[in-house]
Amino acid sequence: MAKVTIDGITVEVANGSTILQAAEQAGIEIPRFCYHERLSIAGNCRMCLVEVEKAPPKPIASCGYPVAEGMVVHTDSKMVRNARRGVMEFLLINHPLDCPICDQGGECDLQDQAMGYGMDHTRYAENKRAVPDKNLGPLVKTSMNRCIHCTRCIRFITEVAGVPDLGATARGEHMEVGTYVEKALGSELSGNIIDICPVGALTSKPYAFVARSWELSKTDSIDVLDATGTNIRIDSRGIEVLRILPRINEDVNEEWLGDKSRFALDGLKRRRLDRPWVRENGKSRAASWDEAFAAIGAKLKPLTGDRIGAIAGDLCDAESILALKDLLASLGSANIDCRQDGAKLDAARRDFYCFNTSIAGIEEADAILIVGANPRKEAPVLNARIRKAWLANGIPIGLIGTETDLTYGVTHLGTQPSVLTDLHAGSHDFAKILANAKKPMIVVGQGALARPDGSAILAAAWRLAAQVGALSHDWHGFNVLHTAAARVGALDLGFVPGPNGKTADAMMGGGVDLLWLLGADEFDPARIAANTFVVYQGHHGDAGAQRADVILPGSAYTEKSGTYVNTEGRAQRGFKAVFPPGDAREDWTILRAFSATIGKTLPYDTIEALRKRMEQINPVFGRIGFLPRFGCSDHTGPAGDPAVLSDAPLTSPVANYYLTDPVSRSSPTMAACVESHATPALAAE
Amino acid sequence: MQATSGSAFEQPASFAFDADSETEIAKIVARYPAGKQASAVIPALYIVQKQMKRQTGSAWVPVKGMDAVGARLGMPPIRVYEVATFYFMFNMKPIGKYHLQVCTTTPCWLRGSDAVTETCRSETGIKDFGETSADGLFTMTEVECLGACVNAPILQVDDDFYEDMDAGKVTGLLAALRRGERPAPGSMSGRQNSAPDGGPTTLNTLQFAPQGTVGG
Amino acid sequence: MLQDKDRIFTNLYGQHDPFLKAARARGDWDNTAAILARGRDAIIQEMKDSGLRGRGGAGFPTGLKWSFMPKQSDRPCYLVVNADESEPGTCKDRDILRHDPHKLVEGCLVAGFAMGATAAYIYIRGEFYNESVALQHAIDEAYAAGLIGKNACGSGYDYDVFLHRGAGAYICGEETALIESLEGKKGMPRMKPPFPAGVGLYGCPSTVNNVESIAVAPTILRRGASWFTGLGRQNNTGQKLFCISGHVNKPCNVEEELGIPLKELIEKYAGGVRGGWDNLLAIIPGGASVPLIPKSICDDVLMDFDSLRAVRSGLGTAAVIVMDKSTDVIKAIARLSKFYMHESCGQCTPCREGTGWMWRVMTRMVEGRATPDEIDTLEQVTRQVEGHTICALGDAAAWPIQGLIRHFRPVMEARIAAYKTRSRPMPMAAE
Repeated sequence: MAKVTIDGITVEVANGSTILQAAEQAGIEIPRFCYHERLSIAGNCRMCLVEVEKAPPKPIASCGYPVAEGMVVHTDSKMVRNARRGVMEFLLINHPLDCPICDQGGECDLQDQAMGYGMDHTRYAENKRAVPDKNLGPLVKTSMNRCIHCTRCIRFITEVAGVPDLGATARGEHMEVGTYVEKALGSELSGNIIDICPVGALTSKPYAFVARSWELSKTDSIDVLDATGTNIRIDSRGIEVLRILPRINEDVNEEWLGDKSRFALDGLKRRRLDRPWVRENGKSRAASWDEAFAAIGAKLKPLTGDRIGAIAGDLCDAESILALKDLLASLGSANIDCRQDGAKLDAARRDFYCFNTSIAGIEEADAILIVGANPRKEAPVLNARIRKAWLANGIPIGLIGTETDLTYGVTHLGTQPSVLTDLHAGSHDFAKILANAKKPMIVVGQGALARPDGSAILAAAWRLAAQVGALSHDWHGFNVLHTAAARVGALDLGFVPGPNGKTADAMMGGGVDLLWLLGADEFDPARIAANTFVVYQGHHGDAGAQRADVILPGSAYTEKSGTYVNTEGRAQRGFKAVFPPGDAREDWTILRAFSATIGKTLPYDTIEALRKRMEQINPVFGRIGFLPRFGCSDHTGPAGDPAVLSDAPLTSPVANYYLTDPVSRSSPTMAACVESHATPALAAE
Repeated sequence: MQATSGSAFEQPASFAFDADSETEIAKIVARYPAGKQASAVIPALYIVQKQMKRQTGSAWVPVKGMDAVGARLGMPPIRVYEVATFYFMFNMKPIGKYHLQVCTTTPCWLRGSDAVTETCRSETGIKDFGETSADGLFTMTEVECLGACVNAPILQVDDDFYEDMDAGKVTGLLAALRRGERPAPGSMSGRQNSAPDGGPTTLNTLQFAPQGTVGG
Repeated sequence: MLQDKDRIFTNLYGQHDPFLKAARARGDWDNTAAILARGRDAIIQEMKDSGLRGRGGAGFPTGLKWSFMPKQSDRPCYLVVNADESEPGTCKDRDILRHDPHKLVEGCLVAGFAMGATAAYIYIRGEFYNESVALQHAIDEAYAAGLIGKNACGSGYDYDVFLHRGAGAYICGEETALIESLEGKKGMPRMKPPFPAGVGLYGCPSTVNNVESIAVAPTILRRGASWFTGLGRQNNTGQKLFCISGHVNKPCNVEEELGIPLKELIEKYAGGVRGGWDNLLAIIPGGASVPLIPKSICDDVLMDFDSLRAVRSGLGTAAVIVMDKSTDVIKAIARLSKFYMHESCGQCTPCREGTGWMWRVMTRMVEGRATPDEIDTLEQVTRQVEGHTICALGDAAAWPIQGLIRHFRPVMEARIAAYKTRSRPMPMAAE
């Protein structure tokens, strides 16, 4: 530790800390443009200059200068102020005065700092530099005259995203940030460069000229387009969601957000179900809520519980899932399932289906085996954490599945599940690596589970985890990587077939006469038997709605308060940013209202009461945001015979990152992504 | 700077190192520690430029050449683009057969680099720096200090320095190049390298042992 | 005045063959093993005692710099030789590289041994193509003769010397930019600390030395520190290569003692100022980066680090650029401003933006298309660049202009006045 005095405040900081970090600890904010705590230090903007006593008589860049015992620093001396004013003047001489039409306006670091260090006039009598804009694809808009060459975007794309497309070419005042050869950014995390750009050089292309930041209402929420549980902020104006940004959560997403989760929001305005529909004589017609409920009630009346079933989809909030479960129970049905893809998840024990190491825990791992997953496409933010661990510690990472660029060094072990057997037998080179690791991780993806031998693979992966020491009293290295935001919450609430209950597959195949789909769209509706009466409750006119006999318009995640449990098993809560369109309602209230019409009134009138019941069923729902970490002392594995593996190669369930759910499939921006670069990029892989 | 915007020239559709280039690259990569082969990026870009000269008569670095360097050295293409555009000696577009590089920095300017530039212009018909003569023979580039200032002004032709130039000497040099001759580089005034005109005033009193008699 | 017997670079002008046989006849590689046998500490001590100050411009004591290298290291250590000679006015290393390459190669071995290096990388500027061919030949000869490589000179020490060509970037003469370039990146200077002696080439301990500093080391070690300190002046010991260019009758390179009067240097070796000493306007005494000094100072200033510093200039690389009274001194400095703009790496704000600004104002100053108070603005801009950048290029860009304003402000003002009488005020570019 070193004692440092900054502006008269003495703090003790770890050796090797920078002056800027020490100042932060002392509660003193030092202005900066290039410095970003999650990126390497560049030291190029020169805004963070400070004065250090007994150092050479010139200001020092605090972002990269290490503290020393007894150092005395001034961050607001005459020398410092003059230095920063000088730097600010240099930054502004070639920066356009287009703040009134700049989308960064109001949230621009340069604008803010200019208030403190800018002059009210310019001394620069020459022409300003003109820099051609770059085409970086459909997501990121450039206005390169505004670029201050801080290189944050280059460092992010290179270091965090691991897809080094951006660089600074040429030199001196001709230096330009870009791709040099025109191409769309290849990273699934590219939108984050908009957030870290301190000026308006990189802005959101779909959001261009849509709103001014101060017009927007800001609502905290949770992303549901993958199972990472990324913390987001929904920016809305009136009834429209205009922008989605990440919120900082060090344990989950740090401060990153995947492109789909950021940019698919225009899908929230398209193909929406905004009123109930009833199919009569093969033709759908708009209906009132009463008519829709009556149609369902009439159909239900003669049915016994075992002929009624429900499937919960991937984007559902836990509240509506429980309401649906309770409704089915009141009708005497145990036919419920949340595994529309047929994944052989074992709900018997929580650690059979969670990402037990936790996302932050990835950084502690010293070896990783990925089985049947492509984390880059299935959970890009989580993938960035794996890359972070790989960069920091150079950990060995093995992959069983389709060989692909995951943005870190991977040893490809094969495509068939039998590699698990070889690893267990010790006949594979990577077995030694896993065995020697102190904190090995095994990550099983849905591509390994949503197949006939899914239970066998799950059991084989667990057996291997137990064998290589991934399961110990203080380390749980067995992980299931989910792709569906609703899945873990549904499993936590027991939304799986009860005693003698039917699976999703059985229900679709004629096992029930009335099938209630709660936002379930990720299967071919043709699989549902022709004479099954289908109720679709959801927000988009996607696969499920096409097949429905009755449509009940529900709410998207931005339109309701809801609880989601991410792949780690972390329960998180999002809030309602805007109202659902037209006659659509929040989903749990639809179920509650329907239950009353058939005389099976659900025992909760408020969402608080419903949440209390959730907590009774599983205490996880009482720990919002908090994830306790457990080791694993009971090595008894999930059901399944590890010996009956098929030869079929393991693949990722995510064929196209940009099209995975009703929202992204409705998004013109996602369609543009697919067209502009996803296809050639895939072809190149 | 963007490679594909507003280019007035064709980028070749492909580039592959030929046998000569491969031999050279292997030799160069061996100079650097294992895993540090990115160090060879500048030499490798020279090799591209030289190969283009061999194959097309114009020494320049096309995008596909940079991609080939990246692939060969395990570097992302953008890192190669950065390097190639940072260093001034890589020609990012085709140039003429002879590259006339006029140093106009102060020491050369004091001794008449303006006349060198003017003569290059009038002899080749090139109007401005960066242009290539209509006959494709010459490209004229303004370069910064070449580090031969006591022999100013300098006109560098490809790799060779022609020193102590004046208008007449430029005319003579360009005429020789047109004839396909390559005059010996160095001082054009006849003095010995960086020694003063009229011969060295120092180092005249030394006697060395006959070569080979001193042990090592 | 330095006598021939005390000159180190005995083949400065290439009067003799540069290569091994002839170099040996001139005394190079003479029992180098015996020097190595003295041991690392003794060699460094001798270098410290000699008072040799780095010949690349900054004048940092060479022996002291070597002593910063770790005594023990589990990583390889490197000597990096800066042969990126690009400072306008400077062409001394070129003569060593092409005419006395074995002094450099032997110096690499001796210096590298003293600092515990495993190899030397010589970074030569790309434009020195023919020089690189000569140097590579010398390196090949030294390998073939067993002077470097495995068991160099029979000392039991394994040592490699590699040549690496740059490709046209002045900034690579800055030691950390040079290291970046050598690693295969853009030549953008690194922040210090960490210093190269801790984290240098490939993250390993490294020392970057100028060609001349390394090339003189074997001779100093052979003839002894006291011989070297007997030359030059206190704290400015020894002899040095001077480059005399510009408006002199006989521009040339010459090796002389530090502390030689500037006037004597020019009159004795360079045939005097064109048109006589009284025709002298000003001199840039140490390469483009140092402020010029007017004739009044040139009359009696001595050519060494401390004397030139006392007149607010510097010895720099000892490249003397002479300007006679026919010179448009504003234009001469404006051309240097263009140089620095062209050579700025663009990494950090003050230099990237400031060098362009300074050049544009200087260009107007050449015409006189400015207002007198813009001279003050220009001066302030140089102050805003100076001391605020990652490397010293910002300072180097600022100082020549500061020198111009310091000594030739009336000329600038007269130019502005003349422009005003010639033409109606020119509207400035839109703000």
